[in-house]
Amino acid sequence: MDFSEDQIERYSRHIILSEVGVEGQEKLLNSKILIIGTGGLGAPAAMYLAAAGVGTLGLVDGDVVDLSNLQRQIIHQTKDVGKPKVQSGKETINKLNPDVNVITYNELVNSNNILDIIKDQDYDFIIDGTDNFPAKFLINDACVFSKKPFSNGGIIRFQGQLTTYIPDNGTPCYRCIFQSPPPANVVPSCREAGVLGVMGGIIGTLQATEALKYILKIGSNLAGYLLTYDAIKMEFRKIKVSKNKSCKVCGDHPTIKKLIDYKQAACDLKTEKSSK
Amino acid sequence: MKVTINGKGKDIKKGVTVTEVLKTENVKMPDMVSVQLNDEFVDRNNFSSTVLKENDKIDFLYFMGGGNIGF
Repeated sequence: MDFSEDQIERYSRHIILSEVGVEGQEKLLNSKILIIGTGGLGAPAAMYLAAAGVGTLGLVDGDVVDLSNLQRQIIHQTKDVGKPKVQSGKETINKLNPDVNVITYNELVNSNNILDIIKDQDYDFIIDGTDNFPAKFLINDACVFSKKPFSNGGIIRFQGQLTTYIPDNGTPCYRCIFQSPPPANVVPSCREAGVLGVMGGIIGTLQATEALKYILKIGSNLAGYLLTYDAIKMEFRKIKVSKNKSCKVCGDHPTIKKLIDYKQAACDLKTEKSSK
Repeated sequence: MKVTINGKGKDIKKGVTVTEVLKTENVKMPDMVSVQLNDEFVDRNNFSSTVLKENDKIDFLYFMGGGNIGF
């Protein structure tokens, strides 16, 4: 692959790194990363991966941009309110870096479409940037089934965390840690939730770092660890997590052989407001 | 007896179960927590029958969504 002069200049701060170099930048330009959810986590992840020159970025989201998203979902702007999030995301990325081929999937993931979306471009790495437990378990199981590495992230209030799953590596999956979605009646309402806008930036950017390092094959990653961040105490903690032998999807005797669509009442601030 | 809770050394009384330690550590929503004891996950159904021992290392791992819902 021949770099243009513009590309050499655009990626010069990468190329100058001995761990990346021309070869590494070429790997990035040839890589394909799927981002599921273009919200708090997915938006910053998508922007840094696009800036880094990841050649193919898949964006999956079935929502439209809402004014309340803009406090943290920095890929979308005020003028984008009402637009499908994947379209708004694609437009921002195209302006940022014309080297990136953006593939959009204007749909929410479910058991019928997720494996096809992953297969569509045979993505190298997947970022879970979703905001709900049914999607998180679905993405986990789909990645275990299709042997795809992925980064799982979560944020709430002033807390955030992430972990990485690498197939065939003896490392735990999301279900090893969290078995199954919490019962719906214990999940608090939106009024008790909320999130500091920067949390998505911090955790989403760490997820992007995991993706880039996986493609570049440098350093160690968060496979087998949960990294937690507490913004109130300004504390990071890296917790070793073990494979769970009784995990229903990747344990010694897996019982989950098919994808599951869990039901969880989605919390919508607008509905809550109007129902008052 | 001495145990390590979420990476920090603590002195707790003997014979305490996982369920009790979740209470004394002020975990408001134990249903939203996964527990790892000495690097092995404890089945949620066994929280009340699992008793902590001297020098045990226990970690609470929280369910986290993406800011819209979550815990």
